[in-house]
Amino acid sequence: MRAIKLELDQDRCKGCELCTEACPREVLAMGSQIHALGYRAAVAIAPERCTGCRACALVCPEVVFTIYKTA
Amino acid sequence: MEPMMTMMKGNEALGEAAIRAGCRFFFGYPITPQSELPAYMARRMPEVGGTFLQAESELAAVNMLLGAAATGVRAMTSSSSPGYSLKQEGISYMIGSQLPCVVVNIMRGGPGLGNIQPSQSDYFQIVKGGGHGDYRMIALAPAAVQELVDLTILAFDLADFYRNPVALVGDGLLGQTMEPVSFPPVKTTDDDKDWALTGAHNRPKRVITSLELNPENLEAHNRVLQAKFAAMEEREARWEEYRCEDAELVVVAYGTSARIARAAVDAARNMGLRVGLYRPITLWPFPGEGLTRLAEQGVRRFLDVEMSSGQMVEDVKLAVLGRARVDFYGRLGGMVPTPREILGQIQELMGGEA
Amino acid sequence: MKRIAGMPESMSAVVTHYCPGCSHGVLHRIIAELIDELDLRGRTVGVASVGCSVLAYNYFETDFVQAPHGRAPAVATGVKRARPNLFVFTYQGDGDMAAIGTAEIIHAAARGERITAIMYNNSIYGMTGGQMSPTTLMGAVTATTPYGRSEENGRPYRMAELLAQMPGTAYVARTHVADVANIVKTKQAVRKAFEAQIRGLGFSMVEVLGNCPTNWGMTPAESNRYVLTEMLSYFPVGEFKDVTKEALAGVHA
Repeated sequence: MRAIKLELDQDRCKGCELCTEACPREVLAMGSQIHALGYRAAVAIAPERCTGCRACALVCPEVVFTIYKTA
Repeated sequence: MEPMMTMMKGNEALGEAAIRAGCRFFFGYPITPQSELPAYMARRMPEVGGTFLQAESELAAVNMLLGAAATGVRAMTSSSSPGYSLKQEGISYMIGSQLPCVVVNIMRGGPGLGNIQPSQSDYFQIVKGGGHGDYRMIALAPAAVQELVDLTILAFDLADFYRNPVALVGDGLLGQTMEPVSFPPVKTTDDDKDWALTGAHNRPKRVITSLELNPENLEAHNRVLQAKFAAMEEREARWEEYRCEDAELVVVAYGTSARIARAAVDAARNMGLRVGLYRPITLWPFPGEGLTRLAEQGVRRFLDVEMSSGQMVEDVKLAVLGRARVDFYGRLGGMVPTPREILGQIQELMGGEA
Repeated sequence: MKRIAGMPESMSAVVTHYCPGCSHGVLHRIIAELIDELDLRGRTVGVASVGCSVLAYNYFETDFVQAPHGRAPAVATGVKRARPNLFVFTYQGDGDMAAIGTAEIIHAAARGERITAIMYNNSIYGMTGGQMSPTTLMGAVTATTPYGRSEENGRPYRMAELLAQMPGTAYVARTHVADVANIVKTKQAVRKAFEAQIRGLGFSMVEVLGNCPTNWGMTPAESNRYVLTEMLSYFPVGEFKDVTKEALAGVHA
């Protein structure tokens, strides 16, 4: 079975929301918690829906996302 | 083996001296009266595996110099007054970034486009820091072609030692003068400096910048620079005293003016006048120490002679500090004083005192 | 598991000073990924310019030198001429490259310096507070065109097309980073530009259209839509010069 692991370094997030717009499967949303930089960070609300398409990682200017995939 | 003596023009001798000092990169832009230097480098650099590059402007040339210097190699640019004005940007950045290099200014008449005749009216610009920020740089002012060769080689050593640009200051007369010179053998230099940008291969990255947004850090950086400038002032002042031992009047002049003043001093001595010559070799640090001593020893008058309206004379006055009278004689706009003119000034001053 | 996205080795794991949603970070990551993938980290010298990307040297794990405003191509020329085995790139904005540094970029391109210039074109001076740049669109309101850019300010000009005319250029393209597909295409273009330098084919340049949410007064998403609609209609994406294919075919060999 193909597995995806999606990691968010929320302390890097500046809350620009580009990832939530880019994600085609509504995996991501903006959280309510304020993080290190003083912004609301993105959170993975439905990581099981992630296909590892990397759209979030590609649009993220802050390298918040690290994605692993089994071959 | 005895070094061979060759007849060479100042501008070309300067180029050869730079190559002997291990300089392999020259970036220039055409301007009279230093044109023989880039032309010499264009011909000579390929012979020694070096690079001559004609830039699109003095701004580009000085910034190419910055880039080459950042990699740790010995590099040089040259220009004349209007072009040196443009190079001030890069000089300020290189001092802020602690990069060594040699910048030549073969001065011409100004202000503005002025003319191409010999002048010394860039003293303020070179010595007082024409660029922005709190900075200093050693400025060497040779008065003969052999001295030009020796000081060119020294300039590269001082630049590397202090990690600071060094200025070589002359004028069209020195650049065009042909004299016998000898050169030392070619020096091998160590370009693998521990700050040089060579690619972060098996080591942490290195950054060369003059930017520091935090004022506390920028002040600390400035203190480091100031400590280097203080060390230069302490160690690098150079000058020549000629027939000053029993002098009542001492002429103060550098470069071409000093050469001419020397003939006037000899003529005055032949007339029985007790006159000497004090010749700054470094314009910065200004060699005031010897002047102070001469004033204390009883020299009653100093006559500062420049091909300007009186720029170095301010530093002479600071060194003498009221212990003796300081007079000034200058020619402007590319006019060169004759020995007779200077002798006339000497006679007038000494007669006036009698 | 295989890592398919994350922090490149050549990127510093620090938080940038860029505003939320600013695409500089995307372009930095693309460059760092390529430095990793092409195994260039140990022989790269980056040249930072003046503008928002002045601190780029803090964000790459490569050697870096910071150039005076507009002079990055001249500084890069000096670095490359002194040590030709280094991989040298400049990172400049539209103000730095297309205004104050016009002479330096044109002549570096004309000489065919073996360097790569990356231009981040967001049509505004960001660092100084949102003034008009040479690439500001007609009608755009900026700090120095409060009534909109008008004819008296002249019209925006296209740097990539201009540099493509220079005899020394090997590869010149314009891309944008306002959507996923074009972020991928930007990486392909920058890869080609880097490879052109590695293969010694000449000067290479990629103009990358990007946003400036803060100075445009838009949300990050809105600012990317401005790139897709307004900027793209004036600054077409594409490859304006590419000798890499010809070189492969032996035309320039």
